[in-house]
Amino acid sequence: MANIFTESGQPSTYDPSTRKAFFTDTSVCIGCKACEVACKEWNRNPADDIGLTGNSYDNTGSLGANTWRHVAFIEQDSEEIEAARESGKKLISLGMPTIGDAAPAETEEAPIYDTPDFRWLMSSDVCKHCTNAGCLDVCPTGALFRTEHGTVVVQDDVCNGCGTCVAGCPFGVIERRNDGGVLKRDTREGADFTPGEKAPIKNIGVAQKCTMCFDRLQDGMEPMCQKACPTESIQFGNRDDMLAKAQARVQELHAQGRTEARLYGANSDDGVGGTGSIFLLLDEPETYGLPPDPHVPTRDLPEMWRDAAIAAGGMVAAVAAGFLLGGKKK
Amino acid sequence: MQDMANADCIIIQGSNMAEAHPVGFQWVTEAKKRGARLIHVDPRFTRTSAVADKYIGIRAGSDVVLFGALIKYVIDNELYFKDYVLNYTNAATLVSEEFLDTEDLDGMFSGYNEETGKYDNSSWAYQRVDDAAEGEYEFKQDHTLQDPRTVFQVIKRHYSRYTPEVVEETCGISREDFQYLADSIVNNSGRERTTQFAYALGWTQHTLGAQFIRACAILQLLMGNVGRPGSGIMALRGHVSIQGSTDIPTLFHLMPGYLPMPTVNEPTYQEYLDTVASAQQKGFWQLRENYVVSLMKEYWGENATKENDWGYHWMPKLTGAASTYHTLQKMHRGEVDGYFVFGQNPAVAQSHGYLQRTGLAKLKWMVVRDSQMLETATFWKDSPEVKSGALVPEDIDTEVFFMPAANYAEKAGTFTQTHRMVQWRYKALDTPGQGESELDFFYQLGKRIKERVKDSTDPRDIPLQMMRWDYAVDENGEVDPEDVLKEINGYNLETGELLNGFTEMKADGTTSGGAWIYSGIYAGGINHAANKKPGQDQDEFALDWAWAWPMNRRILYNRASADPQGKPWSERKRLIWWDEEQSKWVGPDVPDFPVGLAPDHEPERGAVGPAGLSGKDPFIMQPDGKGWLFAPEGMVDGPLPTHYEPHESPVGNILYHQQQSPTRLRFRGVNNLSRPNPGQPGDDVYPFVFTTYRLTEHYTSGAMTRTLPYLAELQPELFCEVSPELAEKRGLENGGWATIVSPRGVIEARVLVTDRMPHMKINGVEYYNIGLPFHFGNGEYAVVTGDSANDLLGITLDANTSIQASKVGACDVVAGRRPRGAQRTEMLREYQRRANLGTESGNVRLTPRVSEGIQEEEENFSDTKANQEGERG
Repeated sequence: MANIFTESGQPSTYDPSTRKAFFTDTSVCIGCKACEVACKEWNRNPADDIGLTGNSYDNTGSLGANTWRHVAFIEQDSEEIEAARESGKKLISLGMPTIGDAAPAETEEAPIYDTPDFRWLMSSDVCKHCTNAGCLDVCPTGALFRTEHGTVVVQDDVCNGCGTCVAGCPFGVIERRNDGGVLKRDTREGADFTPGEKAPIKNIGVAQKCTMCFDRLQDGMEPMCQKACPTESIQFGNRDDMLAKAQARVQELHAQGRTEARLYGANSDDGVGGTGSIFLLLDEPETYGLPPDPHVPTRDLPEMWRDAAIAAGGMVAAVAAGFLLGGKKK
Repeated sequence: MQDMANADCIIIQGSNMAEAHPVGFQWVTEAKKRGARLIHVDPRFTRTSAVADKYIGIRAGSDVVLFGALIKYVIDNELYFKDYVLNYTNAATLVSEEFLDTEDLDGMFSGYNEETGKYDNSSWAYQRVDDAAEGEYEFKQDHTLQDPRTVFQVIKRHYSRYTPEVVEETCGISREDFQYLADSIVNNSGRERTTQFAYALGWTQHTLGAQFIRACAILQLLMGNVGRPGSGIMALRGHVSIQGSTDIPTLFHLMPGYLPMPTVNEPTYQEYLDTVASAQQKGFWQLRENYVVSLMKEYWGENATKENDWGYHWMPKLTGAASTYHTLQKMHRGEVDGYFVFGQNPAVAQSHGYLQRTGLAKLKWMVVRDSQMLETATFWKDSPEVKSGALVPEDIDTEVFFMPAANYAEKAGTFTQTHRMVQWRYKALDTPGQGESELDFFYQLGKRIKERVKDSTDPRDIPLQMMRWDYAVDENGEVDPEDVLKEINGYNLETGELLNGFTEMKADGTTSGGAWIYSGIYAGGINHAANKKPGQDQDEFALDWAWAWPMNRRILYNRASADPQGKPWSERKRLIWWDEEQSKWVGPDVPDFPVGLAPDHEPERGAVGPAGLSGKDPFIMQPDGKGWLFAPEGMVDGPLPTHYEPHESPVGNILYHQQQSPTRLRFRGVNNLSRPNPGQPGDDVYPFVFTTYRLTEHYTSGAMTRTLPYLAELQPELFCEVSPELAEKRGLENGGWATIVSPRGVIEARVLVTDRMPHMKINGVEYYNIGLPFHFGNGEYAVVTGDSANDLLGITLDANTSIQASKVGACDVVAGRRPRGAQRTEMLREYQRRANLGTESGNVRLTPRVSEGIQEEEENFSDTKANQEGERG
């Protein structure tokens, strides 16, 4: 049911029971950025333009071609905390589908969590590896593919750098690695390559994003960001297990009166069919720079086709009628 | 550190653990998962605060007031752990009738010498029983705790004015938050539960830093939170193996295993032994001679004999303090010719960058061994002083030798981490180029020096000639680090076998051992530091993962985890207990107690050493077997923690007339000025406080991290953190520039305006704290550079530890970038003139009464005057 819009109309290429996923629990994130560094080390991604943003402790800004894990830092006062708690309460009373059946509706009886005057949210963002991936749907070359782990990966040597996927991602994750021009480049020569000192920047001009460490998964290892995370804020495993963990954790927090906790990407009925990166957030998704209602841009394709068909049908009818009328005239 | 997971309440104070120890923080996360409460008490809201159940803001440097009030609270309301306190601490012991408290002397203890600025601690001693022999360790006690001279009553009186109201006024902690903290500790202490504290440099880097830790220890002893699972005080060390470099020290006043460094005050071997410990005391320090002789045998080998006092006379003897700051002082006096810099970047990482860099310019030669061409190595060509014209490269005579060093992955050896656990690490790859490990460097240097002096007749070369220097080497001529570890473990010199522990050490010259506390690390001929049995394959004490000194004990003083009869205080918190059938102490940890010493054992009168311990004396290293609430010896600045204001406080001391610690080590001089004390002329020129600290993304002076693009991009510039109130007051804009000026230096930083920084009212005064990471320097080798926050700091030290006060400094802040070149110096001078600073400003030991003038003392830290009398720590 949820998969009627499976990208490119392809049948599922992986076993859903072993689909791999992240569960990022932002309630225990300490903002150490080990995930960002480990990711860049493993994938040999270049550093971004260096500069202080003035935006709390976030100096990498957002996910992009070079930054495949990004830690957001959000400073909030008591009013914002209260608002987050209230909005969470509403979700709970609505029976938010991601929470599952056992969600406690009686939040008044939950122990009162000590509301601080101030809080500092930290959250490690990553590619969502959507069930219905917009990037993959729109890729004209087949460079993007669905792996046997259920993840979405760019084949660097197939990508022609057209950039269609960039517009296709509802989360703004995928990006071309820019050299300021439009050419694709992947050689070992150039100003950025000093043998023995400096590695060349790979894949310039090519679409880049998190692979969930496809190369490591192939060898039965966990993704680098998860391995580096000291507090288990980033967890990794089969999606079913990650979902169960996420649901248990959000219920635990609700039981502590932390009604602001909610899941993101856990709902298989959302606009991308659920994600392979499930998040536990402590505020509205927008607070973290996440779209509140993401949907795959090809979601409307069947309707468009239907409308087109109706329109085409109408046109055929009109033409036919024209002939008929014309005939009559004649 | 894994034991943090066992705590029911964790209070992190004086530490930003999540940022500075993110990997160790997993155990705090684990404790939280098990239901523990996490409270962060800190001047700043940090990444640790962000994941705590409760953040309590405290004014930097006021921690003794908070602890004093907590101690008073648990005593007044009888909430302390009575059975524990009566049996395991010195609460019932009587203190000398000569002792006078700070309550009697308005902030001073008895025994202060105004000439030297030091205490004579003889009046702090216990009262001996009336029939005690000379020096006998038998003391008067009152187990009703009613005698006014009992330690318990002395403490009660000492903290009688440390109230929640004073906490509110001088720490900036509301009464509600104080109550929350007190309740959290009380409700999570006792038989069934434990509270644990963790601290780091936020406690140590104050003029009374050691007393902050003492204050916490008093509270933890009163609550029965020492020697039990999830209890105690976790000292979070600042570097991978800084615990190791304390155990086998790089410290001037210690030898391996916490044996004191000999000084000129111990010209004879016997005097030295008596300085280590008394022959009449109880516990394991009484066996001092076993440890000393074994060390001497390790140093001198065959050459150490009973007849020559085991070579004691070849040991160098200290003539005074020789900390890094004392050495810097000597550099400025022209008394230091050469300087080795290893794993250190004093030009950036140490207090008072100006004095550090200009000090280097007075050397004849300097060796810098590092994996980066850091600021210390290039001070002569690109330091701020070269840019301002204070140093001219052509005029600097210092010859600098730069030698490439192997990094941690390029050498094998051990790391000793925070909780005394020694972990073996393997070499992953060869060092590129000519780089080599410290071990090889020192070995080669030693060989060359020994070769150079082998025919010398100069008496000063005798120690070098006598010294053993014969480590096993591999086919490349590199030292085998396991051979060094074996030497540290020690040998039975008669059988040639490795010792199984320090209890096998003897004072007759038949054993050796480089550090008695590490003895047993090679027990049975096995390198136990290299034990790497995974955690999931053993219980949570994981005795087969690496090795913890002493004797692989994971929790020190764990006899205290059982009640006086030897039964666990509770099933929930059991650790070791007395097994009647086996007649020994058993449990998942290695007992930190003589394993066959029954709980009901009472020693014979006059018994000394381990034989002098009763079955109820868990604190086996203490001379009376008890946990010390009151410290009759060991602390140079008082037997009980007392609140003094930081050296550069913007507020007065509301508890005593004495403003600052009267024993703090000062280095007075025209280049090490301090702000005037509150109420003195010019006290409004530097109205704010700055605190220096670390970020997760960088490491100390940044030489290892500012050079790595992946880390550099995460924190690319020096910034200052200011509250919105201060930003408004000074017109600072988020993302803009600010210039910060202290009595020592002027720096610039980008501005982060944040509610994470406090704005408080302290003692009725508006109080603002500015935060400054100290990771930046101007060296051109790194991807990112910036001004150095340590350039603002002065040099004033804790008298116990010679650690600098770097958490509270005085400053002003203005919008915009700092002046360049010589104008930067002119801005510094202009502020100094406005504040009318002199070497005595804020810098006298005893706070003068209004009627007294300030006496000018001789200064000892300046560029122009040499040969001054130094402070001797």
